[in-house]
Amino acid sequence: MLEGFVRADGRKGIRNLVAVAYLVECARHVANEIVLPYRDSGAQVIGFPGCFPNEYAQMMMERLCTHPNIGAVLLVSLGCESFNRFALERIVAESGRPVDAIVIQKSGGTRSSIEAGRQWVEKAMADVESVPRAPMEVGDLVIGTICGGSDATSGITGNPAVGLAFDRLGAEGATCIFEETGELIGCEQIMAQRASTPQLGAELTRSVEKAARYYATLGYGSFAAGNAEGGLSTIEEKSMGAYAKSGAAPINGLIKPGDIPPRGGLYLMDVVPDGEVRYGFPNINDNAEIAELIASGSHVILFTTGRGSVVGSAISPVIKICANPVTYKRLSEDMDVNAGRILQDAGLDEVAEEIYELILDVAAGGRTKSEALGHAEFILTYKSFEPIGPACLPV
Amino acid sequence: MPDNRLLLLSESDNVLVALGPVATGAHRASDGNILHVEESISFGHKVARRPIGKGEKIIKYGVSIGSALCDIVAGRHVHVHNMKSDYTPTYALEQTAGGRDDA
Repeated sequence: MLEGFVRADGRKGIRNLVAVAYLVECARHVANEIVLPYRDSGAQVIGFPGCFPNEYAQMMMERLCTHPNIGAVLLVSLGCESFNRFALERIVAESGRPVDAIVIQKSGGTRSSIEAGRQWVEKAMADVESVPRAPMEVGDLVIGTICGGSDATSGITGNPAVGLAFDRLGAEGATCIFEETGELIGCEQIMAQRASTPQLGAELTRSVEKAARYYATLGYGSFAAGNAEGGLSTIEEKSMGAYAKSGAAPINGLIKPGDIPPRGGLYLMDVVPDGEVRYGFPNINDNAEIAELIASGSHVILFTTGRGSVVGSAISPVIKICANPVTYKRLSEDMDVNAGRILQDAGLDEVAEEIYELILDVAAGGRTKSEALGHAEFILTYKSFEPIGPACLPV
Repeated sequence: MPDNRLLLLSESDNVLVALGPVATGAHRASDGNILHVEESISFGHKVARRPIGKGEKIIKYGVSIGSALCDIVAGRHVHVHNMKSDYTPTYALEQTAGGRDDA
């Protein structure tokens, strides 16, 4: 039986972390130094580097600081940045979590801010120990999936295995989120047929068409040089592989980063900004996408890789599923699941079962490879979104 | 006995996927047919299952993954040098795109 940390909004967490959040790049060093002594005992750094205000970044930080895996939050401000620390502090306080803000310009500079921050974190780590725990079911879990460092094995082994695991999790009431509409280019027609309503199907298609336009304007698809080295020739070939992560269940909704799915089922996250092309590439790397999946409530991230990504994430554990047996041999200390076995002697269902069991183990407190190695990457950059339309979440 | 190093993913595909390094010469694909491979193919890369004409769609997983830039002889490597996306151009580094130093 799983046990979760109960939060005031009713959601349950599988971790009970203290987040130290810098609100501009100028405060990042102080935040890093505050966390340093506690980075293996439950404190993590997140933050936003920009000095200009941005509604998306403000909303993302609010969702991340009130994520069920977070027990307490310390904000680290330089003092003159535009980020609205007052609104963020109020929202965290209203969520029932211990929260405080250190403003470097008012607290005597670097050393005294670090000292004050460490004292606060130490007390917060003791305080969150008393958070109530309650039984948690598979249906309480939110699972996100992403692929990074894809190669030709991704669409044959790792991604279809995640798809099978998603089908089972969804059938048991869990919430499953897949994403990167820019890596579904070419799949829009077959994907739309899986929507629970025709209106949602049209929204799914539109989200991929938007991504195709966005990337065409920028001149590059969501495709890195290593994808080609690994045998992938075009974005639509990469997309077909990525699409396999979504499994075969009906698609119940389309969300945008930070939207919390209203109930269990399968959701596509539209990560490409709305409106004119601005602020650069939609997601500058895999961790930007992981942060968005977590902002929408993901407790665990399933990360499939062929070339061999080594990243983890702040806030939610990342399970790395290696699609390529050659990569697995090279990087086994970083990989949780060897899905490349499917090319040798294992069935897809066998690897899907292993992924399912590992999710339960990690939800019960078991550490992933990236957690044990100290990976806690985080990145958040500028974006702009319109709210989702009424057809995106059919009742 | 089929050599599973050349995998046919869907019956309508005009390419096979190499599930390991494949040397020049005759190989039996997973569908049982024999293909004369014209050049060495790296793990994960595609090889033409039959002649593919310029402009013809490259079919993998039973769907189009782009178009041929030139006529491609059966047994040749199918990749960024002879096919293109129908959506956005592919970015690759010429030093690594062939996958020759891979694995």
